[in-house]
Amino acid sequence: MALIRTKPDSQSYTFPGFGSDRFPNFMLRGAGDLDNWHLKTYEGRHEGYVALKKALKMDPASVTAEVKTSSLRGRGGAGFPTGLKWTFMPKDTDEKKHVRYVVCNADEGEPGTFKDRAIMEYNPHQLIEGMIIAGWAMQCRQGFIYVRGEFKWLIDKLDAAIQEARDAGYLGKNILGTGWDFDLLTYRGAGAYICGEETALLNSLEGRRGEPRVKPPFPATRGAYGQPTTVNNVETLAAVPVILRIGGAEYAKIGTPNNAGTRIFGISGHTKRPGLYELPMGTPMDFLVNELAGGCSTGKKIKAIIPGGCSAPMLDEKDFDCPMDFDAMKARGTMAGSGGVIVMDEDVCIVEATLRLTRFYAHESCGQCTPCREGCNWLEMILHRIEHGEGRREDLDLIASLTPRINLRTLCPLGDAACGPIDSALQKFRHEFEYHIEHKRCYVKGQALTVATPAH
Amino acid sequence: MNHPLPPETSERPLAPGQRLAHAARTSLSESCVQEIQALATKYPDKLAATLPALYLAQADMGFAGLEAMREVARVLEIPEGHVFGVATFYTMFHQKPVGKYHLQVCTNLCCALRGGAQLFEKLRQRLAVQPGEVTADGMWSIEEVECLGSCGTGPCLQVNHEVYDEFIDDAKLDAVIEACRQGHVPEWGK
Repeated sequence: MALIRTKPDSQSYTFPGFGSDRFPNFMLRGAGDLDNWHLKTYEGRHEGYVALKKALKMDPASVTAEVKTSSLRGRGGAGFPTGLKWTFMPKDTDEKKHVRYVVCNADEGEPGTFKDRAIMEYNPHQLIEGMIIAGWAMQCRQGFIYVRGEFKWLIDKLDAAIQEARDAGYLGKNILGTGWDFDLLTYRGAGAYICGEETALLNSLEGRRGEPRVKPPFPATRGAYGQPTTVNNVETLAAVPVILRIGGAEYAKIGTPNNAGTRIFGISGHTKRPGLYELPMGTPMDFLVNELAGGCSTGKKIKAIIPGGCSAPMLDEKDFDCPMDFDAMKARGTMAGSGGVIVMDEDVCIVEATLRLTRFYAHESCGQCTPCREGCNWLEMILHRIEHGEGRREDLDLIASLTPRINLRTLCPLGDAACGPIDSALQKFRHEFEYHIEHKRCYVKGQALTVATPAH
Repeated sequence: MNHPLPPETSERPLAPGQRLAHAARTSLSESCVQEIQALATKYPDKLAATLPALYLAQADMGFAGLEAMREVARVLEIPEGHVFGVATFYTMFHQKPVGKYHLQVCTNLCCALRGGAQLFEKLRQRLAVQPGEVTADGMWSIEEVECLGSCGTGPCLQVNHEVYDEFIDDAKLDAVIEACRQGHVPEWGK
């Protein structure tokens, strides 16, 4: 058995008032305490496995119905209703018995997002319990947790937690006397952002290259190893025990209509108190940025905020009051995404920031679809020459003609994600691009955001 | 259906991208072979063992070069072409040797806003090594990587499998390098 890492992290997980009725603490219980992950702590202090015992007394369809009532939406980024997703799984009939899988997407790689690691670090049993309940609701026999390769120490921890659960009879054969068998297996990725996309993840889980699949067939029809599969994010699955414990209707009361529950928001960039803050959905963004995270760390004005991981289009100051839920963000032309809030002060060169993000997408494109493979590289080249004083007057029109040819024309959303930051930057900070082209230097004087290529 | 990689001959040279570094030995250690064989039955499909097997082979040989890929294909009885495709797709399989301490700096936006690019420059100067190279004594190699999932506490530095994400600044960087020199950080592959 591998050693469990005991290194404390310098992350902030709490704020005054956290844990009260106004700001319930469902997902970050005991976060920061390195001994919190053990089964005895989870059972003793955090009402652990109470929800599972309750769920196993209900029939599987009622468990799914309860999740539907809660109106929980997927926390990975797309915000798809979880209960509805679960109903897509085929039922056994007399003619055909299915092998079904539930897969947890722990390939957290969206820049600006660091919430799932906190759940796996401090409350792995909450995730495991959520997976067992999901497994019961969909009548699966096997679950997989696909974790990104860099989180090796978290896989060791998850393996240890799974073993604890197995020893306690929550996993394995005949769980709590129901006659139902279920087990979990972790799988380690190997450093590919694209594997966060569910079909790419399934390919990777099968030991193949992480290339997204053509849909349909959707994973609920043909997923992992060709069998019906449901893929859910870590935070989504960890919310399931909470729903079962307090009841779907009660959970639905938290947050805004159609955007129920709490969500872990990660705030990073130019902020005084970066960290993870669990807030009810629909909390205004400026409350998080100014009240909780203490405003801009450099003491300057905030120029732009990326509200949901780097794929979400940027917002400028007129939208800083936007409620952080899926529908409100969509109405403002961006997306709630994965809940990673990135703050940029007025000295950040938007051209360079956009270049850095585009380089990321060009690097992470799996190369399967031409618009994304070629388009992202072209976008990077064009932005690179603008940033380095070789921009041409027609370049902005060229970018504007390129992005609609990538957006929505690829198998997976990576192409769309690459266009979001560029389109929004061009729309809201066009003067910076124009200034760059005309004066061959930055509009502002901030620190460099990209590494200069060494002269060979 | 096996698609072996063609050997390089003077008449049929490989493309530059296909020419991989050679490991000191051509076969995996006996214990590593046994571990890989055990993996083959762990998942519903033996193909699924490709990634974990490559990790084991990489740890055994020091890097996932041609010999490591061939061995994984041989032990798991799967096509070499499949293993080759997988090993070259993922960035955590290194096709050429890395230093005893492989230092990776996240320079994506969140870390860059907190000085990730400058941290990488400092590392490059202090260790006198360029990305993709290994110092002559085999100690150091550096790599610019994408998001390591430590956006709030960046800039993030990862040494082999150890993550250092406590707002790395000059002093902390020196401390990490010194810890490596003293041998307090696990070496690559350990």
